[in-house]
Amino acid sequence: MSLLTVSGLSVHAPDGRALVRDLSFAIGPGDRLGLIGESGSGKSLTALAIMGLLPAGMTVSGSVLLDTPGLPASEVVGAPARLLNRLRGRAVTAVFQEPLTALDPLMRVGRQVAGPLRRWRGLRGAALREATLAALAEVRLTDPERIARAYPHEISGGQRQRVAIAMALACRPALLIADEPTTALDVSVQADVLSLLANLIAAHGMSLLFITHDLAVVAGVTDRVLVMRDGTAVESGTVRDIVTAPRAPYTRDLVNSARTFDAALDRRKP
Amino acid sequence: MSNAILEARDVHFGYRHSAPVLAGVSFAVRPGRSMALVGESGAGKTTLLRLLLGLARPGSGAILFDGRELDLGDRARRLEFRRGVQTVFQDPYSSLDPRQRVSRIVAEPLRSLGLGPAAVDRDAPRADRRAEIRQRVAAALDSVGLPADAADRYPHEFSGGQRQRIAIARAVVCEPRVLLADEPVSALDVTTRVRIVDLLGELTRERGLTVVMVSHDLGVVATLCEDIAVLERGRIVEQGGIDAVLGSPTHPYTRRLIASAPRLPAAR
Amino acid sequence: MSAAVSVPVRTPARRRRRSVTLTAGCVLAGLIVALAVVSLVWLPYPPSDVSGGRLAGPGGGHLLGTDKLGRDLFTQLMIGARIALAVGCGAVALGGILGVATGLAAGFATRWLDDAIAAALDILIAFPVLLVAMLLVAAQGASLVSAIVAIGLGSSAVVARLTRVLVKRVLAQDFVTAARTSGTSWPRIVLEHVLPNVWPTLVVNLALQLGVAVLAEASLSYLGLGAPPPNESWGRMLQEAQATVLTAPLGAIAPGVLLILLVIGVNLIADGLRDVADPTRRRSR
Repeated sequence: MSLLTVSGLSVHAPDGRALVRDLSFAIGPGDRLGLIGESGSGKSLTALAIMGLLPAGMTVSGSVLLDTPGLPASEVVGAPARLLNRLRGRAVTAVFQEPLTALDPLMRVGRQVAGPLRRWRGLRGAALREATLAALAEVRLTDPERIARAYPHEISGGQRQRVAIAMALACRPALLIADEPTTALDVSVQADVLSLLANLIAAHGMSLLFITHDLAVVAGVTDRVLVMRDGTAVESGTVRDIVTAPRAPYTRDLVNSARTFDAALDRRKP
Repeated sequence: MSNAILEARDVHFGYRHSAPVLAGVSFAVRPGRSMALVGESGAGKTTLLRLLLGLARPGSGAILFDGRELDLGDRARRLEFRRGVQTVFQDPYSSLDPRQRVSRIVAEPLRSLGLGPAAVDRDAPRADRRAEIRQRVAAALDSVGLPADAADRYPHEFSGGQRQRIAIARAVVCEPRVLLADEPVSALDVTTRVRIVDLLGELTRERGLTVVMVSHDLGVVATLCEDIAVLERGRIVEQGGIDAVLGSPTHPYTRRLIASAPRLPAAR
Repeated sequence: MSAAVSVPVRTPARRRRRSVTLTAGCVLAGLIVALAVVSLVWLPYPPSDVSGGRLAGPGGGHLLGTDKLGRDLFTQLMIGARIALAVGCGAVALGGILGVATGLAAGFATRWLDDAIAAALDILIAFPVLLVAMLLVAAQGASLVSAIVAIGLGSSAVVARLTRVLVKRVLAQDFVTAARTSGTSWPRIVLEHVLPNVWPTLVVNLALQLGVAVLAEASLSYLGLGAPPPNESWGRMLQEAQATVLTAPLGAIAPGVLLILLVIGVNLIADGLRDVADPTRRRSR
């Protein structure tokens, strides 16, 4: 029983160009799938399509079926806004690349995290405040009270991304989509945020769809990988297989490029 | 240290009423040994680059080119410096003037700095100068792997990786000795990254170019550079040969940087 | 040697598409321009000829009839077209040159000077153009030149504010820094990099300013602050036709219609220019 079943998903630009072509994959409960591709591969559009968030003017065809516990199995493609609003937050949420634009700059952080908590868990007053601080502590933010009172521009990029993760997890969704969540962060912060993500996913038994261009990052955070290029799936398999024995020429190219830089780090060790 | 092309000596830089951006920064770039300036955001890398390019002056300390302190007021020395030190920027979408053709973009250093002492004389007929400029532009485009007809196109017709190549062509057209590259590949896809880094390596070997690369990506700098300086919050915490520093780092920050770099699972 | 990289040929389709709005605008505005140009070499009647009989309707040698003094309406309209365009273009030229120069200065200025200029511009923009015109008229007397100067000043403040923002945006781009490290002097950077990148947006704004200037001139003349006779502007014609608008409506309708045509035409040109000019330069990522 898959949580998410994507079948023959195609997305076309307003001028008719195919941006995603006939994409199919499935994510089961507790699965961690990585979507690897370079710019223009259609990976971000796939994430938006799953959440019904494609920009106006694009045409979608195919099927995106979300079957999460507690909600009836629903088709996202062509779904009305009311259904999508019910799905988003409970069945599936997302964390995006740029934490600066993911948060409302004019609203204090605490209020933003409280938003989904109030909506989905129906909390008010003191209970809401406690839950907010707990959510911030869960993403390992030290001094949650200070963070809750701060505005987004007053905290660092890494902290903002943790807040975005806290907001995404507030409703305990079944599936979390993370689209390049650490690309805009410093490398030392990246490692922390990735490990945080991995722990939380495991702790709450969620499924993860992790989108990135960085093979090394995806290797640490997912079990299976789907390689995309120009809107189609090129190869899929376990992380180990893809990274050690890629079959498709494009995947081999990708892996070799990543290995070049990786190997350079090794050579330097005594 | 005496044969350093570019050198920073005890450089300080800061704004009034705030913490210094750079403090006590000293390092030397030796010809033929490409150098990496590594650090995260807030380390002061961009400011350091601006100082090395003479676009700003240090609060105290000095920047030296060929052993002499930078003096951009003197026209001859300014020309010599600009001809000797060129730069490539991080964002391929902002470093090329969208209203100019590639030929004009790549020719700009030649038009502003002159064709160099060995070239056609300044008093030579314009047609000769134009012909020489055209030829040098074509040679530069060829050396970065772009076809000759790229010269007549506009930047928006090219991809990110190709735009970086154009930027590199512009940087090498006047045959500089040092190329200061500010995160030249971080905005590019990984397969393109390898190609551009290879290109830079080729240029260092074939043209005797010394690259100073500012980056946060250790893998990239480890592929290209021989020396490294690690910056943390405006100070150099460790520097030296890249094998030594990456192989056996002494400063905790350097160790943390190395440990945080995401690694692929071992092959087989 | 690196393998040569192939370059995709991608001519943006939008540039090819002829702008309908631009054509329509040119036609409308062109009509008025034609009237004005012809008026320089030929008029149906001499401007001060009052032989037609007062407030006569169309016919009898007068295409649109006569005004309250007996002058041929059509002649007056042609002269009015000349005035409208002269003042409009003159004001926009003045405003454009002054505005771009000030905007450039502000764009390059240090923080406090830039703030001072921005504040001054805001104050100038807050002043109604008509008020400035009245002050000028009180000082210099009503004339074509004072109308051009007054409207031009008002226009320059708006242009300057826009130019300032555009210049700052361009200066923040890496290609300007690249020009500096390529040894290009600041004056050449302004000429070769800043102005060409600022120009497309600016020219659209200037076209819009032309419409505003033409209307401002008509308002000034309506209030009697514009050019004095025999330079009959449309605004003055409207004012004179007020009293007799019910008995001889053509005297008010005709200048009004031409005014509308010119302003709409100029605005359509501005819209069309926006289509044709810059934003096909989209990022490919």
